[in-house]
Amino acid sequence: MTLEELQRTAQEERASQSKVACHLHVCTAASCLSAGSAQVKQALEQELAERGMRSFCRVKGVGCMGLCSAGPLVAAHPEGFLYGRVTPEDAPDITRSLVEGRPVRRLSVPTDQPFFRRQLKLVLENAGLVDPERLEEYIAAGGYASLLKALTEMTPQDVIREVTISGLRGRGGAGYPTGLKWSTVAKSTDAEKYVVCNADEGDPGAFMDRAVLESDPHRVLEGMTIAAYAVGARHGFIYVRAEYPLAVARLRTAIRQAERAGLLGNRIAGTPFSFHIEVRLGAGAFVCGEETALMASIEGRRGTPRPRPPYPAEYGLWGHSTLINNVETFANIPVIVREGGQWFARIGTATSKGTKVFALAGRVVNTGLIEVPMGISLREIIYEIGGGIPDGRRFKAVQTGGPSGGCIPEEHLDTPVDYESLAALGSMMGSGGLIVMDDATCMVDLARFFLEFSKGESCGKCVPCRVGTAHLYELLDRLVKGEADGESLRMLEELSDLLRHTSLCGLGQSAPNPVLSTLRYFREEYEAHLAGRCLAGTCRVGANR
Amino acid sequence: MNWVRPAPPSEDKRWKIVDAAMRRMGYRRDALIEALHSVQETFGYLDDDSLRYVAQSLRLPLSAVYGVATFYHFFTLKPPGKHTCVVCTGTACHIKGAPQLLEMMEREYQLKPGETTADGRLSLLTARCVGSCGLAPVVVLDRELGGKLTPEQLRHWLEKRLAYDA
Repeated sequence: MTLEELQRTAQEERASQSKVACHLHVCTAASCLSAGSAQVKQALEQELAERGMRSFCRVKGVGCMGLCSAGPLVAAHPEGFLYGRVTPEDAPDITRSLVEGRPVRRLSVPTDQPFFRRQLKLVLENAGLVDPERLEEYIAAGGYASLLKALTEMTPQDVIREVTISGLRGRGGAGYPTGLKWSTVAKSTDAEKYVVCNADEGDPGAFMDRAVLESDPHRVLEGMTIAAYAVGARHGFIYVRAEYPLAVARLRTAIRQAERAGLLGNRIAGTPFSFHIEVRLGAGAFVCGEETALMASIEGRRGTPRPRPPYPAEYGLWGHSTLINNVETFANIPVIVREGGQWFARIGTATSKGTKVFALAGRVVNTGLIEVPMGISLREIIYEIGGGIPDGRRFKAVQTGGPSGGCIPEEHLDTPVDYESLAALGSMMGSGGLIVMDDATCMVDLARFFLEFSKGESCGKCVPCRVGTAHLYELLDRLVKGEADGESLRMLEELSDLLRHTSLCGLGQSAPNPVLSTLRYFREEYEAHLAGRCLAGTCRVGANR
Repeated sequence: MNWVRPAPPSEDKRWKIVDAAMRRMGYRRDALIEALHSVQETFGYLDDDSLRYVAQSLRLPLSAVYGVATFYHFFTLKPPGKHTCVVCTGTACHIKGAPQLLEMMEREYQLKPGETTADGRLSLLTARCVGSCGLAPVVVLDRELGGKLTPEQLRHWLEKRLAYDA
């Protein structure tokens, strides 16, 4: 598909969409689907057919609209009505309201609330608007124009320069400058290079990548293809969790569609550039989110990490130079190429540019998927976007970064969200899970929960992690049960320090973070446990004494 | 010496699905995880025969295949029960009551995660976050997802599902 053909497809699609007066967008991402949105979609279609309204209104399955706690969500465009907790029985009322031009009040979700107003959508700009299973819609929304711009108007060096200027940093959590990573791979003289997309989203409480893949899969393919052009790769892999069957299915569909349209595969858009993408399934190993373990898994082996250096840029898949980025990082690329690096760099803070997608969950009123500019405070996220703590309870802590992150207490809620500030608090940006806890959560029990996770997910290759996580868990388990002695807090700290400095990979190095951050901010809960009490009142401390 | 591709372990036509998965990747060694996925999807679990068959087909040592099959949590070497109940133990579900769901499973069905009832009707598994945190706590019963469950509601749901067979 050449540039002219792409523009023609976009025009045709827009013309076809404007033939009907309105569209009903039904969320068909995993969370709403599990709340019954497929049945809602069917009921709406049937209702429109029975009333002979199909030339007036079209029902469309779209990706995540964000407010998962109010699912299944239905939006009427262009009216701008948003409905929550919709059931198939609501179909007649919704279709009637389209004719009358008035919203169905009892289902209405206000769209002027801070949850929507405070967000800034770049990565998710198409989520909830385009049908993820149709290439034409992505093209009509401006999709693949960035790829063609890169291929026809820019040299690979130009592309890398824009990405570098943009200040984009890795969205998988560690925050390595993306432009620098790309230029390292580009400089390699290896004849065979690979581009890998890390979609092994294993942090419990994180579902950003899944939402992007389910809502706008072509965006990730476009970002990867631009990256491949910039670094000179011809083959790419997307490593996705097997636990995400819908994301896998939509990715496979998208790859097929892009190949058929000549936007992926041999001689893309009539240029000499060729790039192929294969999907590889993970198999439920958290450690495979670590890049060297991920590559071992793509090669069909046990997913154990190896020491770095050499970094994947020098020695990656099958020994070749490899670029690995996270889903969200790739999803930012089309915007950067379209608007320019300078434009992107104006969003965010001095060291953290652009936006970040977060999965907001736990004890907060609005749970779901949000995208906010870097530099926004945690307080704004939790109290304005999240709507505060339900049931009149008190906020206690917010957990970022999953099992590798930490808990941040009330007094630090005004901290801006950026890589450095969160690290300074003993937590980390992480991939984007944000879990809010109220006073009914025991922090000692939470630390034990995360160590149980890390212990189970430790691959066993290096001793500090394999043995250390088990011992940390045991110490915490005794604390939770009220069987620990006075020495245990010191031992926790010592052991944490050891793990942090001697483990082979990020899993072991960051596994103590939940312990250290709760010890730092909630030491009184540990001490209360030693004294036979649980401040949250959830642990049966001393039951076995 | 010419290497001959092994014959499937049984007459079962479903082995063709597994063969297709391996053929698609040219019987390369990196097809191993894909091959195991296809065996598990087709037969429900990985038995010794299937591991041996995949090893021979991809010309890999059986130890390497066994190593991979046991490394990844997604693969199971035991046949699953007729119904599978997966309790999500992600962070959001943990905070919102997943431990109480597991307690109920142990009390009412004498099941710990990874176990199947003696009559083979119900298996209990846990998952590290199914990514529906907005609906926490979440349970997946035979691929059907239920959210915001109390132990009592889960028990009711299971009883209905089990009674349906009887």
